[in-house]
Amino acid sequence: MGRYITRRLIALIMVLLVVSAITFVLEHAVPGGPFDREKPLPPEIKANLERRYHLDEPYWKQYARFLNDVMIPHLTTQPPDGSIESDYLINVHIGPLYFLWMNFGPTISSKTRTVNDIFRQQLPVSFQLGIMAMMVAILLGIPLGILAALKQNTMFDYMGMGLAIIGVSIPVIVLGPLMVWIFGVELKLLPPSGWGATPPYRLGFLPQSFGWEYFKYAIMPAIVLGLGSSAVIARLTRATLLQVVREDYIRTARSKGLEERLVITRHALKNSLIPVVTVLGPMFAALVTGTFVTELIFGIPGMGRYFVTSITNRDYPVIMGTVLLYAFFLVVANLVVDILYAYLDPRIRYD
Amino acid sequence: MTAQTETKPAGLTASRSPLTYKRENLWQDAFRRLLRNRAAVIGGVIVILLALVAIFANLIAIMPYDKQTLPDQNKVPLYMGKLFPSMIPYMKVSDKYPLGADYVGRDIFSRIVYGSRISLSIAIIGPLISLFVGVIYGSISGYFGGRVDNLMMRFVDVLYAFPGLLFIILLMAFFRSSFADPEPGTLRFALSQLDAKMGGMLFIIIGIGLTAWETMARVTRGQVLSVREKEFIEAAHALGISDNRIMFRHILPNIIGPLVVIETLAIPGYIALEAFLSFIGLGINPPTPSWGAMIADGARSIRTYPNQAIFPALALAITMFAFNFLGDGLRDALEPRLRGNQ
Repeated sequence: MGRYITRRLIALIMVLLVVSAITFVLEHAVPGGPFDREKPLPPEIKANLERRYHLDEPYWKQYARFLNDVMIPHLTTQPPDGSIESDYLINVHIGPLYFLWMNFGPTISSKTRTVNDIFRQQLPVSFQLGIMAMMVAILLGIPLGILAALKQNTMFDYMGMGLAIIGVSIPVIVLGPLMVWIFGVELKLLPPSGWGATPPYRLGFLPQSFGWEYFKYAIMPAIVLGLGSSAVIARLTRATLLQVVREDYIRTARSKGLEERLVITRHALKNSLIPVVTVLGPMFAALVTGTFVTELIFGIPGMGRYFVTSITNRDYPVIMGTVLLYAFFLVVANLVVDILYAYLDPRIRYD
Repeated sequence: MTAQTETKPAGLTASRSPLTYKRENLWQDAFRRLLRNRAAVIGGVIVILLALVAIFANLIAIMPYDKQTLPDQNKVPLYMGKLFPSMIPYMKVSDKYPLGADYVGRDIFSRIVYGSRISLSIAIIGPLISLFVGVIYGSISGYFGGRVDNLMMRFVDVLYAFPGLLFIILLMAFFRSSFADPEPGTLRFALSQLDAKMGGMLFIIIGIGLTAWETMARVTRGQVLSVREKEFIEAAHALGISDNRIMFRHILPNIIGPLVVIETLAIPGYIALEAFLSFIGLGINPPTPSWGAMIADGARSIRTYPNQAIFPALALAITMFAFNFLGDGLRDALEPRLRGNQ
């Protein structure tokens, strides 16, 4: 297992390297740079700005600079000078030594912010939204799936699966405005836009307080974002549970006189949730990285909009940062799932 | 003995003998099962109706989709007051527009009718590209196996980790760049011109093509791997049949069922992707109507004129329902084993 994980971690780093290389090539292949305007800047100013962000260097040097700043950890006795050039995401002080890692550099579109500032201030918001959407998906999907499976071919089953189809059929761009209109405008129950937490965050990503003031902003976006996934979970839970209750060991459990409730909760459910757990990983990655439209509709100050604006602004460090972050989320989620799978299902061995 | 044969019970007459069953191939059988599924039939009927609307959009629409009548902006028919009571104090009534007029006075009904063309072309083209690229890639990878397979699948793995949306946005930035207009004669220029002529469809299609084939390639590879080891393929090899022929005549017909099902279930995803791109302003060029762009326009004034967002949203939702029901029914009819995995 240890060897397997090591091998996967090395593969993970390779994937991130390849992704960063592809991104670098693509972003520089696109015509126009960060300082191209409708009305061109004077050439001297443009040249100065490009020198400031090292855009005048040859491409190989720019990529090497990126690798050195982001990928390679540094161990120095010098503390970082606090300028926006040396803003490290991981900045640990051990005795006389400083462990510095992951400097994504300053953003081009703002004079004072770094990419790491975006990670610190906007990413937690998207992360919170993703977690809550995930909770909506699980708390809605699993019970619905169980109910549909236990009452197979009854009204419950048909209604549950009908709801699931509705869930996957209504895109966020339809459900979002609809909910804003119904609950935000007509009924005035919930605020139609905004977010209930601001930096600094507890532990780097949690809001300072969990009150109604916080949740009233999160309810609608979390439901909008999580509904589609809850439908997927419900269908999967139903299908696997139906398969499991036909297995021999369930018949054994029943025939030894075990109470039906215990047969389901202790024997059937435990095994039928294995495939469900394994889809949760990629689903979580998709939810955290897919918050973009939800944030747009509900005016939430999250990560999502940087993803699009960075490309239209040709803000190279931000493009690189967001792409690597999303790729990192996806590969880590897949790795966690594979490890979890071996843990949950002892028949699977990785060697 | 002879007497016995002559008096055999009616149930064993020739018409019931297994040899004279009406011969049905897989597709006829699946179609019969599909017709028994009520939800799938409803979905199919809606899809056919939508196709008719899209084909005859110019006959159904009551005015051109881009005809602006500025004095009529935001006007609504009288019955809207009943649907949206909050609109009554400020609504301007005009019966010229069945679903109201938008913020520049274009008829929303006609725009929804024309918008069906975009969504349905995506529903047709998306699966075609994804099947074409994914099946070829996946079957090469699965059929040859070994190092080729390993290399090809690692490439897919890397693409999987790459946010698909980024590809599409970069593509749009590359071809629709405002700072660097391409010079005539270059490929970029030709593609940009073609895209503009198609109202922005070209790059959406390319974008879907770039991102949608990966799943297909993986599934195809898995299917090919499982069929490859069967005896009839071995027999084909023994007969000296060429690789190409084995692939297209022996392997592909055996795996096409699950591929079709997965692709049908993916259609709502393509429709949603187009709507999403148009929603964020990277899809269909205005004034060509796309439901996504109409929802985006309407969402801006949802507090005052909810009808402008809700009707295109309904059109989009109904279309996605229909395709989902149809895909579900097709799966149950063709590949019941896939149930729950998709």
